[in-house]
Amino acid sequence: MVDIPLDTVAGIPPAEVGEVELYHPRSWWTRYVFSQDAKIIAVQYSITAMAIGMVALVLSWLMRLQLGFPGTFSFIDANQYLQFITMHGMIMVVYLLTALFLGGFGNYLIPLMVGARDMVFPYVNMLSYWIYLLAVVVLVSTFFVPGGPTGAGWTLYPPQAILSGTPGQDWGIVLMLASLILFIIGFTMGGLNYVVTVLQGRTRGMTLMRMPLTVWGIFTATVMALLAFPALFVASVMLLLDRLLGTSFFMPTLVEMGQLTKYGGGSPIMFQHLFWFFGHPEVYIVALPAFGIISDLISVHARKNIFGYRMMVWAIVGIGALSFVVWAHHMYVSGMNPYFGFFFATTTLIIAIPTAIKVYNWVLTLWRGDIHLTIPMLFALAFIVTFVNGGLTGLFLGNVVVDVPLSDTMFVVAHFHMVMGIAPIMAVFGGLYHWYPKVTGRMLNEGLGRFHFWVSFLGAYAIFFPMHYLGLLGMPRRYHDIGETSFVPASAHDLNAFMSIAALIVGFAQLVFLFNLVWSLFKGKEAGGNPWGAASLEWQTPETPPAHGNWGKELPIVYRWAYDYSVPGAGRDFVPQNEPPAGLSAQGSHP
Amino acid sequence: MSVIILFMAGMVAIAGWWLSQQRLTAKPWLEQGVMVDLREEGVSSPPAAKIGLGVFLAVVGSLFALFISAYSMRMTMVDWRAVPMPRLLWFNTAVLVLSSVALQAAYMAARRNDIDGVIYGLCAGGASVVTFLIGQLLAWRELSVGGYFLASNPANSFFYLITAVHGLHLMGGLVALGRTTAKVWHGAPVTQVRLSVELCAIYWHFLLLVWLVLLGLLTGWTDNFLDICRQLLS
Repeated sequence: MVDIPLDTVAGIPPAEVGEVELYHPRSWWTRYVFSQDAKIIAVQYSITAMAIGMVALVLSWLMRLQLGFPGTFSFIDANQYLQFITMHGMIMVVYLLTALFLGGFGNYLIPLMVGARDMVFPYVNMLSYWIYLLAVVVLVSTFFVPGGPTGAGWTLYPPQAILSGTPGQDWGIVLMLASLILFIIGFTMGGLNYVVTVLQGRTRGMTLMRMPLTVWGIFTATVMALLAFPALFVASVMLLLDRLLGTSFFMPTLVEMGQLTKYGGGSPIMFQHLFWFFGHPEVYIVALPAFGIISDLISVHARKNIFGYRMMVWAIVGIGALSFVVWAHHMYVSGMNPYFGFFFATTTLIIAIPTAIKVYNWVLTLWRGDIHLTIPMLFALAFIVTFVNGGLTGLFLGNVVVDVPLSDTMFVVAHFHMVMGIAPIMAVFGGLYHWYPKVTGRMLNEGLGRFHFWVSFLGAYAIFFPMHYLGLLGMPRRYHDIGETSFVPASAHDLNAFMSIAALIVGFAQLVFLFNLVWSLFKGKEAGGNPWGAASLEWQTPETPPAHGNWGKELPIVYRWAYDYSVPGAGRDFVPQNEPPAGLSAQGSHP
Repeated sequence: MSVIILFMAGMVAIAGWWLSQQRLTAKPWLEQGVMVDLREEGVSSPPAAKIGLGVFLAVVGSLFALFISAYSMRMTMVDWRAVPMPRLLWFNTAVLVLSSVALQAAYMAARRNDIDGVIYGLCAGGASVVTFLIGQLLAWRELSVGGYFLASNPANSFFYLITAVHGLHLMGGLVALGRTTAKVWHGAPVTQVRLSVELCAIYWHFLLLVWLVLLGLLTGWTDNFLDICRQLLS
């Protein structure tokens, strides 16, 4: 252990005392509704994201009912099935996961974890949430407009998205694009806050290399999102112009219903380039915060410092940079130059290296740790298993020759649900169980939590593990009814029915979780300030839940990294980040 | 897509340079005590609003780089017919340069604590940028009178779209400029608005730079560069 010499400490400016420039709410409305406090905004983001996520969950139920029991439910026709697919995908990827990780976890954890009083631009932060809410409202409104929501698939590929054979061609696609544009504007406002707060808002002693990995994950993901979302913005604006004003950015010359359309010469492939330039980094925009959260959870609940912290940071940054040069691996079947395919396959596989480093480091953190099988830990372990699982099938799909026959089969659906559906959701749940006591001052109910974990984890495998097999059999995705397809054996139908029943049960477990969230708010066990015995700064607030301004009169001073667990000779099995080294009193550092 | 890849390479270079100064090779598990990081070492640390603007300009840069990428991909299709550039664009460009100069003058006046200079600079900058925007609308009108409508050719579509996006960004800047001017008007001391004036000036210079790049694109001057970029990825 290297103690920083005291004379370095003596050079530290005195601690901040007294009032700081902080927005002070004057009424109930400005405290809880139009709040500029990042913690309230985080809760607003989380509740909105979970509410819209429930809509997507119900849509997945309807899809699974149709796939498991085709022809049984007359209220699901082919058009509606496509609409359910589209809305489910878009909501889950953008409006739930992105919003929850960055808007929810980012807003709550960044200021607390880096020792700031709030985000640096609280007003812009508040606007960010309200624009996000508007985007969600516009999205939901598509269910009630003539023609219903768009059924173009979550990738919204033209020309299909615009042509009259596609459901939601009237209003649905227009409102979807408008909603995405709003979301991106709102996100940019929030994202500026997350990045600048990490850069400028850190308290004294909190160097970048002392930040918890959760902050690193959210920070890097936000930088990526700020640079990648403009691609979706550009694609959405140009598609909207094609749809509304008859331009031909993407729309090719084509005949529709026997009539030559007004369009001419546009390139649908150009849309794919733009979409996936956003779409692939989006995978890591969701994954990196999950990586960070899992690292913190494992370290706290295995009472062991994180193995290879520095490597973890480099891996996060490396993954962030590499993810911008792999987008075309989503386009192997678009007729691209084989040399392109080779380039993108290679870069795709190279990303496996930093990703594998992270997995090894998690496993080595667990190695000989004092593993407490708390609910957050269970979810963290489930994340690792599921992410490895989804990552391995990613190696299949990253290779051109294997991807081509598997394209547009259920194998792809199974892969991305494992890697960017189930795995990040496991991290979300782990994070919610872990930080709920800090947000509310109460613990979530243990029994309901364990029920929720086991049903969700085993149930998710019951749904998506057999789906790989269906994909290998050649069962196509996005089909309302595969009918009497000769190459899909009859047994596949039984498997589909089994998966659908599992989906219904898993969905029910999520309702139990929501009940737990509300019930524990009033009846949960009192948590105290630091129920898990965690070392990172957010657990060291003077009050729980933290008051407005987070830190009382003085900002904390950070003396060590966030992972000092089971330190030999220490009185407890963790040393908080703001605990001065032996021989250096807290008062001594700031006269 | 090579244009956006070049832009991203630039971003990676900036991020790499910045990260290289952040003690990424430190061993935090071995260190105790208060580490002094770069932000605390002196007066060189820029204020949060300036960093925020820098990050925002990176986002805007990414947006325009993507538009240029799309332009470069679309212009190789057979139906592309280049738009004749209205001569008004040269006048508009000159006005935008003036606007940028005026804001720079306002910033320099703010550094000298010359409140009158700040007011003149801000007002001249605002007036000339409004003139630029009106000029752009007249250029649109000139094109549409000549039969170059939004949907009649992809080159026209891109012209209207790109100039509109650039104009919208300037209008957003006008809001910030208006707020700063109002503050000065209501007697705020120079020290309180110095940062705002500086941020406005930076934003204006950036949008001038973007406009010059777009002008090169729309007039076809950068076609050779785009050809080279395309060959990088083919």
